[in-house]
Amino acid sequence: MTDHPLHYAAASGVFSLSWLLIVLPLAGAAVLLLGGRRTDRVGHIVGTIAAASSFVLGVVLFAALLGRDGDDRALSQHLFSWIPVNGFQVDAGLLVDQLSIVFVLLITGVGTLIHIYSIGYMAHDPARRKFFAHMNLFLASMLLLVLGNNFLSLYAGWELVGLSSYLLIKFWEDRPAAATAANKAFYMNRVGDVGLALAIMFMFATVGSTGFADVFGAAAGGVIGYGTVTAIALLLLLGACGKSGQFPLQAWLPDAMEGPTPISALIHAATMVTAGVYLIVRAAPIFNETQAARTVVVIIGAITILLGCVIGCAYDDIKKVLAYSTVSQIGYMFLAVGLGPAGYALGIMHLLAHGFFKAGLFLGAGSVIHAMDDDQDMRRYGGLWRYMPITWVTFGLGYLAIIGFPGLSGFFTKDRIIETAFDKGGTSGYLLGAIALLGAGITAFYMTRLFLMTFHGKARWSSEDPEGSQGQPVRHPHESSASMTGPMIVLAIGSTFAGGLFVLGHSLQDWLEPVAGEGVEGVHTFSPLVLTLLTLVVTIGGFAAAYLRYQLRPVESVAPADSEVTLVTVAARHDLFANTFNETVAMRPGQYLTRFLVWLDLVGVDGLVRGGAAGIGGLSGRMRRLQTGFVRSYALSMLGGAVLVVGALLLVRAG
Amino acid sequence: MSVDNHLLLAQTQKITPPSIEYSSLSPLLIVFAVALLGVLVDAFASRSARRVIQPVLAGGGFIAALVAVAVLHGRRAVLAAGAVAIDAPTLFMQGTILVFALLSVLLVAERQLDSSGGAIVASAAITPGSKGSTAQRVSADMQTEAYPLMVFSVTGMMLFVASNNLLVMFVALEILSLPLYLLAGLARRRRLLSQEAAMKYFLLGAFSSAFFLYGVAFAYGFAGSVELGKIADAVGTVGKNDIYIYLSVALIGVGLFFKIGAAPFHSWTPDVYQGSPTPVTAFMAAGTKVAAFGALLRVFYVAFGGLRWDWRPVLWAVAILTMVVGAVLALTQRDIKRMLAYSAIAHAGFLLVGLAGTNTDGLRGSMFYLVTYGFTTIAAFAVVSLVRTSDGEASDLSQWRGLGRTSPLLAGTFSFLLLALAGIPLTSGFTGKFAVFQAAIEGHATPLVVVALVCSAIAAFFYVRVIVLMFFSDPLAQGPVVVTRPTLTFAAAGVGTVATLVLGVAPQPLLDLANTAASSGFVR
Repeated sequence: MTDHPLHYAAASGVFSLSWLLIVLPLAGAAVLLLGGRRTDRVGHIVGTIAAASSFVLGVVLFAALLGRDGDDRALSQHLFSWIPVNGFQVDAGLLVDQLSIVFVLLITGVGTLIHIYSIGYMAHDPARRKFFAHMNLFLASMLLLVLGNNFLSLYAGWELVGLSSYLLIKFWEDRPAAATAANKAFYMNRVGDVGLALAIMFMFATVGSTGFADVFGAAAGGVIGYGTVTAIALLLLLGACGKSGQFPLQAWLPDAMEGPTPISALIHAATMVTAGVYLIVRAAPIFNETQAARTVVVIIGAITILLGCVIGCAYDDIKKVLAYSTVSQIGYMFLAVGLGPAGYALGIMHLLAHGFFKAGLFLGAGSVIHAMDDDQDMRRYGGLWRYMPITWVTFGLGYLAIIGFPGLSGFFTKDRIIETAFDKGGTSGYLLGAIALLGAGITAFYMTRLFLMTFHGKARWSSEDPEGSQGQPVRHPHESSASMTGPMIVLAIGSTFAGGLFVLGHSLQDWLEPVAGEGVEGVHTFSPLVLTLLTLVVTIGGFAAAYLRYQLRPVESVAPADSEVTLVTVAARHDLFANTFNETVAMRPGQYLTRFLVWLDLVGVDGLVRGGAAGIGGLSGRMRRLQTGFVRSYALSMLGGAVLVVGALLLVRAG
Repeated sequence: MSVDNHLLLAQTQKITPPSIEYSSLSPLLIVFAVALLGVLVDAFASRSARRVIQPVLAGGGFIAALVAVAVLHGRRAVLAAGAVAIDAPTLFMQGTILVFALLSVLLVAERQLDSSGGAIVASAAITPGSKGSTAQRVSADMQTEAYPLMVFSVTGMMLFVASNNLLVMFVALEILSLPLYLLAGLARRRRLLSQEAAMKYFLLGAFSSAFFLYGVAFAYGFAGSVELGKIADAVGTVGKNDIYIYLSVALIGVGLFFKIGAAPFHSWTPDVYQGSPTPVTAFMAAGTKVAAFGALLRVFYVAFGGLRWDWRPVLWAVAILTMVVGAVLALTQRDIKRMLAYSAIAHAGFLLVGLAGTNTDGLRGSMFYLVTYGFTTIAAFAVVSLVRTSDGEASDLSQWRGLGRTSPLLAGTFSFLLLALAGIPLTSGFTGKFAVFQAAIEGHATPLVVVALVCSAIAAFFYVRVIVLMFFSDPLAQGPVVVTRPTLTFAAAGVGTVATLVLGVAPQPLLDLANTAASSGFVR
């Protein structure tokens, strides 16, 4: 990959303001956190303005980039010397290029919409100001992650993102489930973070720098050995898996749904969880050098697609289903980027489209949950379309986009991934393509199930008084306020058109080409038309199955017991035993290890220290007796010392 | 020619007096003049007037001398016929001594410690237990001679670090020591302990001075001169009877090791630190250490520099023994002033580690360490003087129990100072130790640094024990009282504490200053 821009132009003009992208939301967070209760009344306004102004600046920068030459669109800005130690120089700097700017637009754009949505959603929460402060902090961290021009800045953003995610998951910290989920997310992310940290250390050890330009230059120039480059790539992948909820580190993401729904939309669907994909695409020059690591990426993506789909079919909690849907969609992105230069742009494309429709779906789900008095169980929904038409339409568009309805976003982006997987060729190509295709079918099934159970069918709730409700929960659903429906409408429009916009005329692929490399038009295993039809058939199959099961037959308002369903369903209900697996493989041994270490510390280390302390104390007590208080003995000791010193020096002379 | 002719010749020869550059000696001369003036004031002014005039005079003199030191910066010369050397290390240490003296004057001048006034006795000549001693207990008077004595001592210290001649150095040693012997006996409370301390200090000090003088004699016997530069030249020449120079190194070393309180010449330290009035203890701990180390550095770098490979093993042994004795013996102390005394011994050991590096970095590190240690120790003793019972200071450790609950500010400050003495980061104790140990490692004295670190760990135990005692024990029912009025003591403690913090967080300016001084080196 010699055409990779290893030297970035210096930022000037409007680009010298790119630091403001990060500072604006950061300032918002600072004002709201330091201002305390005084800013309670304006907190949501300040937070939203901070996010929106960052978005406006992002648009300006994007426009300015459009005005530049195609191969001159990567601008690096040096901010300050971060770690000026001799032999370890790290400068804090920003890189605005084709890849980071699309992330900036996604983060600030979707972020702003979700800020606006939260004004309504959190209207009655006493800690709304804190919520907006943490959301602003998240935006700043995420922007730092995508804008840094070296891996250490990226790592700082990466960790800050983890922190703000933690703070937001446990936002309702009086709920034990939320607190536990936040801890779980934090721990599992740490596992991935260690991978990223080690990768950065490897880079520094071999290249002597953590700057993108240096590291990628060295990787592309073949300076790093194959083993090392593979190790770095795999460690980066470990980091990416942690942040993006990929197998085997996916278990935290569904639990993170304990956070407020806007957070699920912003962090755990649209932006943060895609950081792993960003990392891999950003590190494309490294992954390009190692076929082995790319294979691992592909395998992880394929496993995760199926895993997310299967579990998504079994849950009745609307947010959990969406969460597993996210896991599986990011699996598609991993699959795409694991295919190498052919897939980087496709991964990003699907990521952006997914940012729109998944955020929209989550916001719609939030609207439903709001209307159903915070009940998240779809078995107690049904027939809601009549009561909340805007939510129904916007959610419906998001739903059609994700299952790949022709003309909508998912249709363009997911089809291309399936196509590229088949085009990989050979047995592995068929296998990957088949998995991706199967995933599309199952996606259609569980999303249709979710849609029908929520909006259609007979209402499994009652608006009557408790006496007339016949044991059904009493609900008074209503459409949400304008500040909530507005963002939903915008996102629905995005879900509808974004995919087409990206794909038609290769616009996004061309845009990303300097970063992601040229997508090679390989030999098609199937002609695109055949494949599109095949995908459609599979999707319709999934849809039909769900329609038969959940529309034509009544839905029980209580989930059938484990004994009445198939073994697969039981397994899926238990997250395919991922938690059990983690507990057995990581937690239990960890606990035993800590117990052993505590024992070792008590008996070994403490014993040594205590023994040493007792020994020294005894020595002290004995030596103390030399201090008799008599001048004569003091003088004697001085004389003795003097004789020793004289004797020693004479000895030295003699020697 | 007969003997008479010789005498005649000598008489007819004209003696040309050495030219003296008074400007370069101005800091010394100012302090000396102030001391003499102090004696006159004590003779003529009234009792009440003396208590005001004397501290102002002494403090003013120190400030004036400090200004003179600042003006002289960059001066580098051997003056007064080779007797005195003015160079960057000299000025650095003279300035340090003056700052510490200024802080100590604040402590001595304190009058609000208890009902009867400050830490200095009303009349030292009254025998404890005799008739007058009861009246003296409640007298608000003080022996104002303490001020001129202090100023004389400072003169000695400043001359000590500037001496370019072993005899002048001996004279300076006596000028600095004799007033200190007297000052040690001036404590207002526990008179017997104080007088015993003074007596011990005097006897042992005289003993060590004899060693020093004997060493000077051997040096003259070897080199035919007592000037440091000429001794250094003589070391290089072959064919001399070099046993003399080895004896000289050993004996001069003993005299100086005594002054810095290095083992096995340290035994006076705990007794004297405990018995002396606390302000005097603070002055001794900070000022004497700077002066004695200044002289030690100059003698061993300039005169005996050529022999460093021979005296290094001895220095290593003394350093190790000093650190071990200081750290280990402090563990079992029950008295807070004795504990700080052993801490001072341990710190002398750490300073010797810096000297063992025998390089410019070692010089820089030692000078920096002296400044940081002085500030911390003055502040620590100032805080100690604030915790009192009806019988003076509550120096027994058990009385400090639970002080963190009753006076959190005082206990917090003291904890901070103890952490600094232990060398915890973000205090000057850490930066100082770092500078010294780094120099020692670069000077190939790594084993010494390992010992120093082990001793630091042992020492940390007894510092932290006091903190635990103050914060995690219940206060005594009849506990000591923390006096809240003494502004001067507060000022001294505050300056010391702030310096400890600032030098821990932003040590670079002072390190640069010490570096400039060290790299310009000693003049010969």
